[in-house]
Amino acid sequence: MDTIFALSTAPGKSGISVIRVSGSESFRAVNDLCGGIPPPRHASLRKLRDRKNGLLDQAIVICFEEKRSATGEEAAEFHCHGSSAVVAAVLDALSQMNGLRIAEPGEFARRSFENGMLDLSQVEGLTDLIESETEAQRRQALQNLHGDLGSQAQIWRSALIRASALIEVGIDFSDEDIPENALPDVMELISDIAGSLKGQIDGFASAERIRRGFEIAIVGAPNVGKSTLLNAVAGRKAAITSEFAGTTRDIIEVRMDIHGLPVTLLDTAGIRNTDDNVEAIGVDLARQRANQADIRVFLIENNEMIDIQKKEDDIVIVAKGDLKGDPGGSVSGKTGKGIDELILTIASILKNRTSNAGLATRYRHKAAMINAREALESAMMEIKMNGGRPELISECLRQAIQALDSLTGKVDVECVLDEIFKTFCLGK
Amino acid sequence: MFHVKQFDVIVIGGGHAGAEAAHAAARIGVQTALITHSQSSIGVMSCNPAIGGLGKGHLVREIDSLDGVMGRVADEAGIQFRLLNRRKGPAVQGPRAQADRKIYLKAMQREIGRFENITIIEGEACDLRMSGRRASGVVLADGSEIPAKAVILTTGTFLRGVVHIGDVSYPGGRMGDGPSVKLAERIDSLELPLGRLKTGTPPRLDGGTIDWSGLEMQPGDDEAAMFSFLSDSPTARQISCGITHTNEKTHSIIRDNLERSAMYGGRIDGIGPRYCPSIEDKIVRFADKTSHQIFLEPESLSDSVIYPNGISTSLPGDVQVDYVQSIKGLESAKILQPGYAIEYDYVDPRALKSTLSVKDVPGLYLAGQINGTTGYEEAAAQGLVAGLNASLEALGRDPVIFSRSDSYIGVMLDDLTTRGVAEPYRMFTSRAEFRLSLRADNADQRLTGLGIGLGCVSERRKTAFENKMDRLEKARSHLEERSYTTRQLEGIGLKVSRDGSKRTCYQLLSFPDVDFEDLLLLEPGLEDLAADIREQLERDALYANYIERQNRDVQMIKRDEARKIPDDFDFMSLQGLSNELKFKLSQSRPSNIGQAGRIDGMTPAAITLLAARLKPGAKKTAS
Repeated sequence: MDTIFALSTAPGKSGISVIRVSGSESFRAVNDLCGGIPPPRHASLRKLRDRKNGLLDQAIVICFEEKRSATGEEAAEFHCHGSSAVVAAVLDALSQMNGLRIAEPGEFARRSFENGMLDLSQVEGLTDLIESETEAQRRQALQNLHGDLGSQAQIWRSALIRASALIEVGIDFSDEDIPENALPDVMELISDIAGSLKGQIDGFASAERIRRGFEIAIVGAPNVGKSTLLNAVAGRKAAITSEFAGTTRDIIEVRMDIHGLPVTLLDTAGIRNTDDNVEAIGVDLARQRANQADIRVFLIENNEMIDIQKKEDDIVIVAKGDLKGDPGGSVSGKTGKGIDELILTIASILKNRTSNAGLATRYRHKAAMINAREALESAMMEIKMNGGRPELISECLRQAIQALDSLTGKVDVECVLDEIFKTFCLGK
Repeated sequence: MFHVKQFDVIVIGGGHAGAEAAHAAARIGVQTALITHSQSSIGVMSCNPAIGGLGKGHLVREIDSLDGVMGRVADEAGIQFRLLNRRKGPAVQGPRAQADRKIYLKAMQREIGRFENITIIEGEACDLRMSGRRASGVVLADGSEIPAKAVILTTGTFLRGVVHIGDVSYPGGRMGDGPSVKLAERIDSLELPLGRLKTGTPPRLDGGTIDWSGLEMQPGDDEAAMFSFLSDSPTARQISCGITHTNEKTHSIIRDNLERSAMYGGRIDGIGPRYCPSIEDKIVRFADKTSHQIFLEPESLSDSVIYPNGISTSLPGDVQVDYVQSIKGLESAKILQPGYAIEYDYVDPRALKSTLSVKDVPGLYLAGQINGTTGYEEAAAQGLVAGLNASLEALGRDPVIFSRSDSYIGVMLDDLTTRGVAEPYRMFTSRAEFRLSLRADNADQRLTGLGIGLGCVSERRKTAFENKMDRLEKARSHLEERSYTTRQLEGIGLKVSRDGSKRTCYQLLSFPDVDFEDLLLLEPGLEDLAADIREQLERDALYANYIERQNRDVQMIKRDEARKIPDDFDFMSLQGLSNELKFKLSQSRPSNIGQAGRIDGMTPAAITLLAARLKPGAKKTAS
């Protein structure tokens, strides 16, 4: 059985956050984080450090021996400071340990039940959990896989199906009219997937993101009131921690805290076509930063959208609400109209992104990608070193496919057979 | 005369499923009746004259491991043996043989006739005898009733079977068999979910009219891989098969006559197998291919019928003559029997338990093509399962359950009963996620012990098996006795990573570049091991590392499969589950937690809730 961990308290800013660990590697995990194992069932104050000895938090740590924990397994609890950044950092450190993985929804309960620590009436309390699981799955399907990762996952999916089909057709239809040596094609497909997995894994620092904060870019045509809006937002509800001109004269960054989450607000150059070289550089930069930002706030006037891609969760709002007399959906930096609503909207979008499900899901995705990549490396090794025994390449591919299940959707033998029969004329 | 006899199990149909079912029931030792239109058609190969292949060969070995009949009969009838994927690893090697149709038939009938507790009844089973919802015997065409404790239906394509040759179509089972209308009505009255499928055969050719001189010939393997663990070598004379190809002219004849094909003329609605398309299909779907391979397979040593594998069709007879004669070597070939397509109803196998008994009709078992499968081997394997379980039920014993983790039989049963079929179901090795451990070579190690426990294995096989296992275990422990350092291994010229770990001979065998000869340098005592044992150990060791990694998955599956859900469990009254999940559960009525978990949309917490209800002491249904 794997050792599992998860954030057990509600996500977001709170007094404390409790992270639970359960399974045979729990004490080792405690040892790795605290540099020792406190006496069991005693609350002990410990410093948590990551692998590079960097301080993560000071926390209450409690260890439970087997049979004397809620799950019946060796287990531990970390009562950390309730900040998204701290929780993310501790979860990150745990996920890097061998034999540990983030818990599936309901997994702690299942282990408790299986080890006889829950009775039936307690199990029935799982009802809520089932509901929330379903909700989490729905959200995961709808939300977490938009953007780069989502489209990348689709590419992986078809490449994995293709590679499996090429291998399986050579196994199950070897006495038929099929192409001689598919290994070079398989190798190319696999190494492409492995390469892009690496890219995603490297760029996949959700803990970093929470530590570094979210970027929100205010974009719009020149003179719609972006700077006024920035000042109003920053001055009104935000604790400004620093304000400085950006690397160019045209991007202003303001760091602030929105409902407990670190945010950098960007004021960008007005988007328009221009012959002025310096301004053109500023506009390019604005586009670039706006595209990279987590959320874009489009400030528009007279219904004219600017030429920047609107993504999911982006906010579109009508500028200069004080002049329009518009009953809703507009904002005015000058009078403060609509500012509170805007801040609330931003906060709820960010909460959603850092919610427990989202966080867990992101860890799961990262772990999935790491496992998949290892399996693909083994497949490539098999091809290079051992001449490519198809049943073993297939086994590695199967592991990779299994690992990526949550990202690519289920790929089973029917998908592979579909691909085989679509591509090859079989049936002697 | 037989009416007074009390039967435990009645098998309806004498095809591959029926023969294997009756044989299995007889081995368990119950009184068995086999009802067939004609005793002389028991064991008939109605399609291609071959047994085994990839996935299918695995099934035959598993049937044999439980002392079933197909493997031995195929060995006796085999006129060309080939081990497919011989140059690939043992996990994906599949034994295959061309079989002499007549020898096969004769050997099968002899095997069935050997048992005193099998009574063959020639006649038409026209209805089931029912006691309430329970099947309790069979009613024959003459109105006589034969009571029994369980009935196994293996009637292939008889449910609304329609044969198509071009624009001609007529009701019927296989060529020559009549449809059984009354029995079909009885099946309808049971309200089982039905679907429609189709399959086809090629025209049969007269080998005497084929010009073999210019054709490529494919011989069998020098060393035949037999199906049965009890067989040594082929007994029939061995032959080669011819290979020829379609050409542009063939394709244009077929293209010009497409609308006369039953399939392309819109006269067939059933779904055909994608891995066995008609020649029309191949030419339409792969229009850029200018040639397709055809194997010319002799059906018997004692006649000249040739089965041209690769050109099944539902074109009219005259077009079949034209396109056949456009092919190299077949210029003056005579067609003995035209190819045809057949459409038929099948019972959605999700209506079955993994014992193959019908969930809603106790005492009734279904096996073979009627469950939406295709192929002799798939049919025989189901016949075996139904035969064993019907007998066990008749004796009041626990059923035998096969798992995805122990056999291809288990994979097939699970696929059929939890996922259903979308096209005629055929076994592939890629369907088995534990392919590395479910090998044709270790089928006996996986299943013969189970068979001995059930009491369906003969003394002879039992002795042979125990002797082999004994030798294998001794040899394995010899290989695991001592371990060697990197330095020692380098001393005999082996390249191993210097990670400081010591390795046993058995571990060394899993290295791709180490074989038994290398080990002799370390352990001269191994010299005495018999060749068959050496080879088996090599095959067992080869995947040891991968299999170890899969073991956790296997354990999980086994644990979940061991948690049974009673037949009368009321899923709708499970408190705490969403209506959607309750509905899904009561629709598919899984018989254990493993199956429940494979239902789309099930979550771990929902499974825990279900498991909680099944705990001893828990109320059977929520109040």
